[in-house]
Amino acid sequence: MLEITGLKKSFRRPDGGAVEVVHVEQFNLAAGAPAALRGESGSGKTTLLNLVAGIVPADSGTVRIDGVEMTALPEAGRDRLRAEKIGYIFQTFNLLQGHTVLENVLLGMGFGPRGADRARAQQLLERVGLGHRLDHFPRQLSTGQQQRVAVARALAHRPALVLADEPTGNLDRRHAAEALALIREVCREHGAALLLVSHDEAVLAEFGQVEDFAALNRAAREGGA
Amino acid sequence: MTLWLIIRRSLRQHALSTLVSVGSIALAAGLMMCVWMVKTQAHAVFTATNTGFDAVLGARGSKLQLVLNAIFHLEASPGNLSAADYEAIKRHPAVRTAIPIAVGDNLRGYRIVGTVPEFFAVEYVPGKSFAVQPGGRLFTDGEREAVVGSFAARRLGLKPGDTFQPYHGLNFDPKALHEEVYTVTGILAPTNTPADRVLWIPLSGVQTMSGHDPRAATDVSAVLIQLRAPAAGFMLDMMYNRQGNRLTLAFPVGTIIAELFNKIAWFDRVLALVAGLVALVATGSVLASSYGSLSARRRDLAILRALGARRRTVFSAVLGEAAVIGGLGAVAGYAVYFVLYAGVAEVIRAQTGVVLPVAVWHPVLALAPLGMVGLCLLGGLIPAVQAYRLPVADTLAPTS
Repeated sequence: MLEITGLKKSFRRPDGGAVEVVHVEQFNLAAGAPAALRGESGSGKTTLLNLVAGIVPADSGTVRIDGVEMTALPEAGRDRLRAEKIGYIFQTFNLLQGHTVLENVLLGMGFGPRGADRARAQQLLERVGLGHRLDHFPRQLSTGQQQRVAVARALAHRPALVLADEPTGNLDRRHAAEALALIREVCREHGAALLLVSHDEAVLAEFGQVEDFAALNRAAREGGA
Repeated sequence: MTLWLIIRRSLRQHALSTLVSVGSIALAAGLMMCVWMVKTQAHAVFTATNTGFDAVLGARGSKLQLVLNAIFHLEASPGNLSAADYEAIKRHPAVRTAIPIAVGDNLRGYRIVGTVPEFFAVEYVPGKSFAVQPGGRLFTDGEREAVVGSFAARRLGLKPGDTFQPYHGLNFDPKALHEEVYTVTGILAPTNTPADRVLWIPLSGVQTMSGHDPRAATDVSAVLIQLRAPAAGFMLDMMYNRQGNRLTLAFPVGTIIAELFNKIAWFDRVLALVAGLVALVATGSVLASSYGSLSARRRDLAILRALGARRRTVFSAVLGEAAVIGGLGAVAGYAVYFVLYAGVAEVIRAQTGVVLPVAVWHPVLALAPLGMVGLCLLGGLIPAVQAYRLPVADTLAPTS
């Protein structure tokens, strides 16, 4: 499902030099499988997810998603692949504050090949327990409810891969456990692979496949990130 | 659908700046349409207004003053003609109709014009003659009777059977009351010409009004002329204006009014310049609004990109916002135009009796709103390019 090979990404420093942030030689994730990466803040985890999602281009190496080599695609192609095959759950949820709960989920589907499907969006929101909040705006929801909207949005377009970047970082212990359970359940129900990054041991304990990002990322080992 | 959803929500999210931008676009579009339409319609209507006459004969002086006085009932008369001059032009073989008029009195600012009953038989536009509204009749020549134009009657509150005393002069002076009492015999049906603002009485009434110079009791202020053939006007022009030096023939009436418009063309240009400046300010307003909206929405646009929106989608969303603002402003601009145009038309009607048509089409009614939409698109272009170039990952920070 997800194959990463020799992936490298450097950023330019203000002084003109380059700093390598990500250097992952090999990482695989099977279709429908959950996996977690353990890593501290600033270790390059978000950059890795952004590389996998095609939001930032790689310097070298390959990312293959569902048989398609993301890194070989031009930006528009990466956008299209992301809209079709990847769901992204952000640490800060990144809900669109000017849009209702339902519209947030509809926009999660709107750029994919199937387009926005109101019935499916409603169904997903009911699944995450927000069927009664369709016309509410994010600011009218609790943090936990916002997280559930983010989960519904990430899965709305039936992605093959869900990326979750510290998805419970803004939640208390009880809500974090509930959110994590929900993410895993919904991914399982939809047959989506889940790649989660976190530094929270309680979260990581829920996963069978947990890799230490510091070990995986050569750049971190060599002091780049 | 997705693009429209993004545009609609963004406009609502920034409702105040959207409203201000739409308002400024509406004002600019409405002002441009109004300036242009008033200019073209006033030119068309005024140059076509001759109340059915080809030429005006009057005392030596300005042709324009003569036309404004005799046809539009504005301005003072340049002087009088003798009865002999009137008889001479009346008998001229090139003249089909010669109608004398005499001016010099008013009723609360509305002109009283003396004329002969034949005036009312003239077609003021082809196929239309003056008509008296039901319940009235024309005045009887030699009697102290009056027929009142529809606009003047409404403003003065006159109806058949009412009486009034004229005031001396063309401008209202309450102390200059004449002793004669006139009875209204009829109200003219509206003609949408300057005749609607006039109180018509027999010619002799003005000529012999108490206080008027008895030596001018047979003089007339001007003679309105219908020619048997238009070419005859050039012959009369030669006779009165070049060979003679006592009288002036204003011919053709429309051309003389067109000269007036040429003289005040600079005013049109000033108005057009003001409208253009308003359009520029409105465009700046859209640019500022789009720019402000973009600053507030950078994160939203980055989120949309992270959800799979392409660069061209966010570019289109920002540009689409500007287009929608322009479109709404253009539509609202029609309302502004109609209100402004109706107001200006009413002022012109009150001052001259000439009615500018409201339901009239001109390409500027499409070009001005479309031009404003185009300017809005131009104003939205810079923010749209910035949205296109938005760095997604940096904007979505924090990172872990």
